[in-house]
Amino acid sequence: MALLEVRDLGVSFVTRNGVNKAVDGISFDVQSGKITAIIGESGSGKSVACYSMLGLIPSPPGRIDSGSALFDGEDLLQMSESQLRRIRGRDVAMIFQDPMTCLNPYLCIGDQLAEPLILHCGAGKAEARRRAIEILDEVGIRDPGTTIDSYPHEFSGGMRQRVMIAMALINEPRLLIADEPTTALDVTIQAQILKLIADLQKKRDIGVIFISHDLAVVADIADEIAVMQNGRIVEHGDREAIFRGAEHPYTQTLLAAIPSGSKTLSEAVGDDLIRVRNLRTWFRTPSGDTMKAVDDVSFDIRRGEVLGLVGESGSGKSTIGRSLLRLVPISAGSVSFDGTDITVLEGKALKSMRRRMQMIFQDPFASLNPRMTVFDTLAEPLLLHKLEDRRSVSDAVLRLMDDVGLARSAVRKYPHEFSGGQRQRIAIGRALATRPEFVVADEPVSALDVTIQAQILDLMVELGREYGLTMLFVSHDLAVVRHIADRIIVLFQGRVIEEGSGEQLFNAPRENYTRELLGAIPGSSLL
Amino acid sequence: MWRFIGSRLLQAVPVILAVITATFFLVRMAPGGPFDSEKAVIPEVRAALEAQYRLDQPLASQYFAYLGDLASGDFGPSFKYPGRSVNELIAAGLPVTAELGFYALLIATLIGGLAGVLASLKPNTAQDYVPMALAMLGICMPTFLLGPLLVLLFGIRLEWLPVSGWGDLPGDKILPSLTLGAALAAYIARLSRAGMLEVLSQDYIRTARAKGLPEWQVVTRHALRGGLLPVVTFLGPAFAGLLAGSFVVESIFQIPGLGRFYVQAAFNRDYTMILGTTVFLSTLIVLFNLMSDVLAAWLNPRLRAQYGSSA
Amino acid sequence: MTTEVITDIAQAEQGTSLWQDAWVRLKKNRLAVCGLIVLLIMVMTALLTPWIAPYAFDAQNLDLGATPPSAAHWLGTDIFGRDMLTQILYGGRISLAVGFIATTVALLIGVTWGAIAGYVGGRVDAVMMRLVDILYALPFMIFIVLLMVVFGRNMLLLFLAIGAVEWLTMARIMRGQVQSLRQQEFVEAAISLGLPTSTIIRRHLVPNALGPIIVYTTLTIPGVMLLEAFLSFLGLGVQPPQTSWGLLISYGADTMEEYPWLLIYPGLTLTVTLFSLNFLGDGLRDALDVRGSRD
Repeated sequence: MALLEVRDLGVSFVTRNGVNKAVDGISFDVQSGKITAIIGESGSGKSVACYSMLGLIPSPPGRIDSGSALFDGEDLLQMSESQLRRIRGRDVAMIFQDPMTCLNPYLCIGDQLAEPLILHCGAGKAEARRRAIEILDEVGIRDPGTTIDSYPHEFSGGMRQRVMIAMALINEPRLLIADEPTTALDVTIQAQILKLIADLQKKRDIGVIFISHDLAVVADIADEIAVMQNGRIVEHGDREAIFRGAEHPYTQTLLAAIPSGSKTLSEAVGDDLIRVRNLRTWFRTPSGDTMKAVDDVSFDIRRGEVLGLVGESGSGKSTIGRSLLRLVPISAGSVSFDGTDITVLEGKALKSMRRRMQMIFQDPFASLNPRMTVFDTLAEPLLLHKLEDRRSVSDAVLRLMDDVGLARSAVRKYPHEFSGGQRQRIAIGRALATRPEFVVADEPVSALDVTIQAQILDLMVELGREYGLTMLFVSHDLAVVRHIADRIIVLFQGRVIEEGSGEQLFNAPRENYTRELLGAIPGSSLL
Repeated sequence: MWRFIGSRLLQAVPVILAVITATFFLVRMAPGGPFDSEKAVIPEVRAALEAQYRLDQPLASQYFAYLGDLASGDFGPSFKYPGRSVNELIAAGLPVTAELGFYALLIATLIGGLAGVLASLKPNTAQDYVPMALAMLGICMPTFLLGPLLVLLFGIRLEWLPVSGWGDLPGDKILPSLTLGAALAAYIARLSRAGMLEVLSQDYIRTARAKGLPEWQVVTRHALRGGLLPVVTFLGPAFAGLLAGSFVVESIFQIPGLGRFYVQAAFNRDYTMILGTTVFLSTLIVLFNLMSDVLAAWLNPRLRAQYGSSA
Repeated sequence: MTTEVITDIAQAEQGTSLWQDAWVRLKKNRLAVCGLIVLLIMVMTALLTPWIAPYAFDAQNLDLGATPPSAAHWLGTDIFGRDMLTQILYGGRISLAVGFIATTVALLIGVTWGAIAGYVGGRVDAVMMRLVDILYALPFMIFIVLLMVVFGRNMLLLFLAIGAVEWLTMARIMRGQVQSLRQQEFVEAAISLGLPTSTIIRRHLVPNALGPIIVYTTLTIPGVMLLEAFLSFLGLGVQPPQTSWGLLISYGADTMEEYPWLLIYPGLTLTVTLFSLNFLGDGLRDALDVRGSRD
């Protein structure tokens, strides 16, 4: 008998605008000692399904319509709130996406760790503390006897997720639900946490539900995979079946969206358009210290080339992009664009240089002025640089809409009326409006769903060719960069670690850090 | 922590000094001297009086002499009550006002906090709407209207409670405390509801529920501290509001407290009394602000760590 | 999607701006709409008072004395036989004027101060906001009482004094807004387009900072009116022969035992006005919440 048998589970949200079926009759099993992954994009109902079984969705508006969820033969959906409470944290534990917000900032972690133990097992304070120290040690927290009295803000993101895992496992649950536990973490940390979850799961022989938007993340650890779309499980099978012989078109789309392979190099690579020499961008922090975000970085970008800039958070990759566009003050060094040192430009000269270099930002929700229509957003650069006059501007805007793949009829709408992917198209249109020669793309797809990521990447490659763009592509994701860039620079703590073509880096990395990064790419077993 | 308190105290010093200076010169700028108003005074008497109150000296030396007096704890004599000093009036009024303020604060934090927390637990139900409607009424019903209305109802029509006085009759402290505390209770109810709603939507509350904690423990152990932090920060400004309210309440209920002395002094143009009381009350307010800041910082581990590292 | 290729933007369907969205949400909030209507009526009557008041402002009838509400005097008369409705109408002119003018003073100073501090940043910001912090710590209520005592009961001074207190919070809100907006990517995008600073402020910062400012302004007016009423009640604000709601409440409180209507009607008027402003402010806050309409 399976540890958890879910049959025909249906959950809906009743709102003023009608009933929204979030989960539409799904069935799956979780076996003891196995990891079952539920994969789906945002809004697919994957989290709602799991939360609803444990009575963790707010009701109203949430409502369980149908089905059963037999845990050890008992139906969770028929249990009273107090029965469910006895199961939660004892037999079924959870870890969540963002370790920064999931721990109570007002309590030291020792108190939070001991809580389930005292609650469910009636452990004494001393006993609970001893056990908490043990389990902190087990999840790899150094010096647990001391750190147990620390507050969450004293830990890094990865360490906090380890604390969350310790807290979930302290009562030896039989089922662990992990909701996107690595999405908010850096790649190398993600690899560590994934390994930790897999190890602990094997050691304890427990069942795990691993919820993720990213097939690649679960490729190495999942035994079974269920793919969800619009509240339904569209395909279900063991790992081999999904990765080697997916039948449903949606699963195939998801698989195709995993970036793989190197780009075929651009043919039209010419002389150096950008020359960066000994660039330093230092910030003064509020506490008065100096943060060396970018420290002595030099590189060139040739005309028509896409240069990938890869690094984890704090590596200075975004700051380099912003330094090149004079969006942050540069501390030292030089940046020359087409032979002109742009670090000294002012006034008119700077303005006309700005026309030639543009930026595409990470968050399409923040990068568009919410009070301006698409037309105003796209027309602003055209009119500012006198590329069009009042009469011709509307035609030019409509042509831009065509270029970025948006319906012309949507031109008078506001940003909030578009989806994330569509907004990113608008942002790309704004960047291309001035017909720039050089574009900095700062994590342009990392805020988007996987299938949308692939579309936007394709669009950028296509437009890059059409507009003859030189591009600096900034990302934390080596696989994405390899897919789009001709050449890749690896950054670590504000310095260049390694530089080379995608082939060189992937096949013969010279530096340890690069090797670590490569090893951390999720789903490398697939490649 | 001590460094934080120290730095805050250091910041408070120039503020208090600024208050003293501004008040002193404002009062001296007032058109017409204190002895001009009433019947003509014989020149010799006038000269003697002016000498007594140092009015014959240059302004600058008056100022520094006053600072010296203050440093030795002397708030100066009263113009209008010859022979009585500001210190005596403060000594007589402060205990009364402090007691009134304490009751009002107690009522406000207990009722307001409870109402706000209860409302936040069941938003958009009767449990939310009823206390919040009352809180809105409390905010829109000024103290000087609520006081007379309560007197009219409970004192005059129903004759349940005394209409004025302090400490003479049983129950005569109820109406003034209630009047003074009502508006504050309303603000605290709204603040704590907003704070609790914010915290209850945080991810770590979901973590607490996932651990299987009963709802009351989720609230008491995980939500209350963060949710009520805005109320703690508000206590400083609330104290200033209470003092201002005490002017009105003490006038309505004829309570011999600092507030009533202050209003009387304002009417009588008793300049030394105004000067002395202003300096005294301002210092109190600045210190109270300091205390609520320190308390808020202490309740927040992140701030506590930031300031406590060198403690 | 079946979209015919349009050739002119006039053919495109019109989107709904956040302002329109907010207006739709506000219209659904019945309390806020009631507040808005009551407020509009109040402002209209205040403007038209000299023409619609049933009696002259200074008309006394000592023989009549205080009478309860009647057909001739809807809200009764005071001890001098003056019509209460007329008194309330004229008092409302002063009370509303103090509320709106002092708030405008606060708005102008606060928004300018906060916008400059937030946009320029750095040391200028530190100095400007330090000053605000210091002023914040000053006990202003006591200070206003002092001002009124020292300089006499002067309306202009009252406006200035109250405005000078209220601008501090306005400055803090505006600075916070500008500072968080400045870090938004769309402002960075505007800079990288090469837009001049003045255009960035006008087109990208101000329209987005306006929401919280409107809400806070709406909520400042009742605070200011309360302050005026408080001072007038103590006899330190508006002086006879002028009158205001606070002053009328003060007179009413003196004689409430015999003539309760003299307290109740001005009290009711003030409370209803404050209610309206607060409900409207709360409604605007919910309606203009930009983050709420993000998804």
